[in-house]
Amino acid sequence: MSVLQEISANVRNMKSMEYPVLARRTNQIQEELRKGVRKPYRDVIDVSWGDPHRAGVKPLSFVRQVLAACLYPKLMEGDRLMVDVRQRAQRLLKECAGGSIGSYSNTAGIPEIVQRVSEFITRRDGGVPCRRENIFISSGSQWALANILKVLVNSEASPRTGVLTPVPCHSTTILSLMALGAAAVPYHLTEERGWALEVEELQRALDSAKGVCSPVALYVINPGNPAGYVQNRKSMQEVIRFAAEKRLFLLADEVYQDCVYGKTEFVSYKRALAEMGPPLSETVELASFHTASKGLMGECGLRAGYVELVNLDPAVMKHINSLFSTNSCAPVLGQIALDVMTNPPQPGDPSYPLYMKETQHIRTSLAENVRRVEEVVNSLPGFSCQPVEGGAFAFPTVFLPPKAIERAKEVGMKPDTFYCLRLLEEAGLLFSPGTEYGQKEGTYHIRFCIMIPLDVMEELLRRLSGFHKRFMKEFS
Amino acid sequence: MSQQAVNGVPCRGKVLTVENMNPNVKRVEYAVRGPIVQRAVQIEKELREGVKKPFTEVIKANIGDAHAMGQKPITFFRQVLALCSYPELLEDNKFPEDAKKRARRILGACGGHSIGAYSASQGIECIRQDVAGYIQRRDGGIPSNPDNIYLSTGASDAIVTILKLLVCGEGRERTGVMISIPQYPLYSAALADLGAVQINYYLDEDNCWSLNVAELRRALNDARQRCRPRVLCIINPGNPTGQVQSRQCIEDVIRFAKEENLFLMADEVYQDNVYADGCKFHSFKKVLFEMGEEYSSTVEMASFHSTSKCYMGECGFRGGYMEVLNMDPDVKAQLTKLVSVRLCPPVPGQALLDLVVNPPQPDEPSYASFMKERTAVLAALAEKARLTEEIFNTVPGITCNPVQGAMYTFPRIALPQKAIDKAKVCRYTPCSTRNLTPTRKRRRVCVSPAGGRRSSRHVLLYEAAGGGGNLLGARQRLRSEGRHLPLQVSLTGRFKYLTEAFTRLKENVWFSKVFRNTDLKKKNVCIYIQLQKKKGNKNPSLA
Repeated sequence: MSVLQEISANVRNMKSMEYPVLARRTNQIQEELRKGVRKPYRDVIDVSWGDPHRAGVKPLSFVRQVLAACLYPKLMEGDRLMVDVRQRAQRLLKECAGGSIGSYSNTAGIPEIVQRVSEFITRRDGGVPCRRENIFISSGSQWALANILKVLVNSEASPRTGVLTPVPCHSTTILSLMALGAAAVPYHLTEERGWALEVEELQRALDSAKGVCSPVALYVINPGNPAGYVQNRKSMQEVIRFAAEKRLFLLADEVYQDCVYGKTEFVSYKRALAEMGPPLSETVELASFHTASKGLMGECGLRAGYVELVNLDPAVMKHINSLFSTNSCAPVLGQIALDVMTNPPQPGDPSYPLYMKETQHIRTSLAENVRRVEEVVNSLPGFSCQPVEGGAFAFPTVFLPPKAIERAKEVGMKPDTFYCLRLLEEAGLLFSPGTEYGQKEGTYHIRFCIMIPLDVMEELLRRLSGFHKRFMKEFS
Repeated sequence: MSQQAVNGVPCRGKVLTVENMNPNVKRVEYAVRGPIVQRAVQIEKELREGVKKPFTEVIKANIGDAHAMGQKPITFFRQVLALCSYPELLEDNKFPEDAKKRARRILGACGGHSIGAYSASQGIECIRQDVAGYIQRRDGGIPSNPDNIYLSTGASDAIVTILKLLVCGEGRERTGVMISIPQYPLYSAALADLGAVQINYYLDEDNCWSLNVAELRRALNDARQRCRPRVLCIINPGNPTGQVQSRQCIEDVIRFAKEENLFLMADEVYQDNVYADGCKFHSFKKVLFEMGEEYSSTVEMASFHSTSKCYMGECGFRGGYMEVLNMDPDVKAQLTKLVSVRLCPPVPGQALLDLVVNPPQPDEPSYASFMKERTAVLAALAEKARLTEEIFNTVPGITCNPVQGAMYTFPRIALPQKAIDKAKVCRYTPCSTRNLTPTRKRRRVCVSPAGGRRSSRHVLLYEAAGGGGNLLGARQRLRSEGRHLPLQVSLTGRFKYLTEAFTRLKENVWFSKVFRNTDLKKKNVCIYIQLQKKKGNKNPSLA
């Protein structure tokens, strides 16, 4: 009789994702391809995660050279590496205990790196001051988010703690909430208006929580994931006012702040808050998250993110520090990546030309990808895609024919998962079904990453078009 | 904290306060990075600002961080990782072929051939296979299934994940987790965070911190009234105590876990750090399997390992894994779901782990230098373990068990009552902040055999003013117990007294070396004297 028949109820209640089914089939197909089984495609294009490197985007040379030099300082002998690479690596090594990236760092991160991150934030926000004591570097932004949620969520409370979350919302945050025994209180973004966040909807969501759970926080993603919106200042100010009025802690997931393609500029919640002046700027409690996983660097595997905490009670900050300290520290290589992200090569630096070339290439490819996706997807009947203003994904609506929906039910699958599985089988494209993220009842979406090389995008769109036409015909 | 209304907008207090925050988080303390460390950081700041202190630097010996203290990384590992980070270096002929081979293999297993891509949540598959291979070789051929391996962000991440999975129930049914006292404070922090019930079982300090099943039983039975004990955590080699469990002890623990239906968590991150003669690391898994199928197919267990300790010391990489055994398949599915929330462990840490379990082989170019470095690191640690125990045991009021393994010494300090009282006033726990400060009234003479590895008994004398005769008496006593010169003597007390005692010493015995140490307050002086025969014996101990 197993000891473990009984496990944490919170863990049990975490919803299962659709992803494992698709991932398993992908592994099988890849194995079959390796064995030489003939398929209408020669490889599986995996765009199910916001993972640029996986899809073939190259890492930026400067950061990798700095990492290599920090890992193996002997590389800095001679002229193999550029002068600014060597200087950066030497400075970083001096800032590590014992001159090695193998030692632990301070809880919140290597102090000099944290300082430079705080300066970056100030520059980004047009001079709004940033205190380094408010920053914690973590093993990916989701880790920091989980820690902050832990402080907010009282797992023993009745009714349960609630956190307002957008629909659609990427699944990791929802799973984190469930693991803590909190309730996600969904508020719907308005797809027809470019996934706009409307305060009336926030109010409705809050009202729906009465008697069910006790909301303590409002989680916003800007730029969005999976939906590719970028909030404008007016919308952000409404959100801030709402949070202040309803006494909600504001959690701003801003990891895609460097992925902006449309006309709306990214403004951080901190800046928007500061611009609203006192009393709000001095009272609204805010946690803002950023990462080295996205943007131009795309270093997901290094696990480097941070949280900046604004206007928190100092006594609570002490406890937050204790909590982070139990994680020891964020991986040092990740911290170095963050350092490079917030302090890239400047004009005049030897590495600057190459850095500019590489980042320009990525920016141009992304802009072109966005244009092509909107063009192609919107031209296909049965698809409708809101403008991708920012973020890493396209999240079009698929108007699935009733027959397809029925077939999906017959095989015991969600309709959009069914679509994605067929897409995988027949076109070798691994997308993610909208079910994963939440969507209005009766609507279906698919999500795919657009931070991929240009040629891969063309191939993807070609295969998608072909498959989609066939699928729609089959189930018409 | 209420504020006045401004512009008609009422400003009430904070949304998130100490009163309404998660009560479990308030109970979390992690001493390794707690108030003393914070004070150390402050002191370092003061030193930088030019404040005068009796020392020029703070030696941070509070944490198991080898590189911070000057231990060098293993060259081969860093070469492969550099190649993985910047694959253009694969063209560089300064890197050995075996390093390049491994780098290519790791990169081939990464999405887009980059360590910057996410990996599967459970960890890169070929690395898990290599870990399984390592475990199998380590345990004399006992098979290990890669599906049971979960790579993690340091061993701590895996430990917390398992606890998150297991802790359930309300009130008196709340999960109880058994942990040794002394323990590594991650456990108590995690248990507080999860609201689990901590069940303390005491290691036996007088018997080299050994683990006693009778004590386990006592702790368990006591705990039954207030919780549901379901988990037993063992740290072997121990942290902070360094004890290396004997094979018999491990068998007894396994038997106990089976009888009492407990999930075993075996924290084995120090498995390469074994120094004492007669001590050997036995993995829980190996012993389990050698106990026969009745045990090996039923006892549910997780073993943990890491890249932070042993001879690697690569704490900053946050690399680690756990191997789970006999886990219910449904529960394992839940575990897999739970780890997905972290997305994936840091890929450089996974790559490093791959090298640890797949080091250079005798027929490879890097083998010789790799083995040289590895041996040197472990030998240095062994020497430091011996030296630490020896030196601490010469200090009056400090008793130190042999450091059999791991990376710490955990001596016992006899705190004078005044210090304890003062600590209470200052609201510290006595042992946390006060060093031994000999009282002014007493003068101590401590005589112990020099150079012995297991000098667990020493003679502590209180020297009356003007004395010196006791010293001879002590020496005679030790001699009668079969302990001869050389002897170490440490004298602490007022300088005036010491000069006296010193003179008398000179009259009575021969001595060869004198060390003098002035303590922080400059009131008491410490003299360490090595006594030995005039010719001949060179005592290798204190340098």
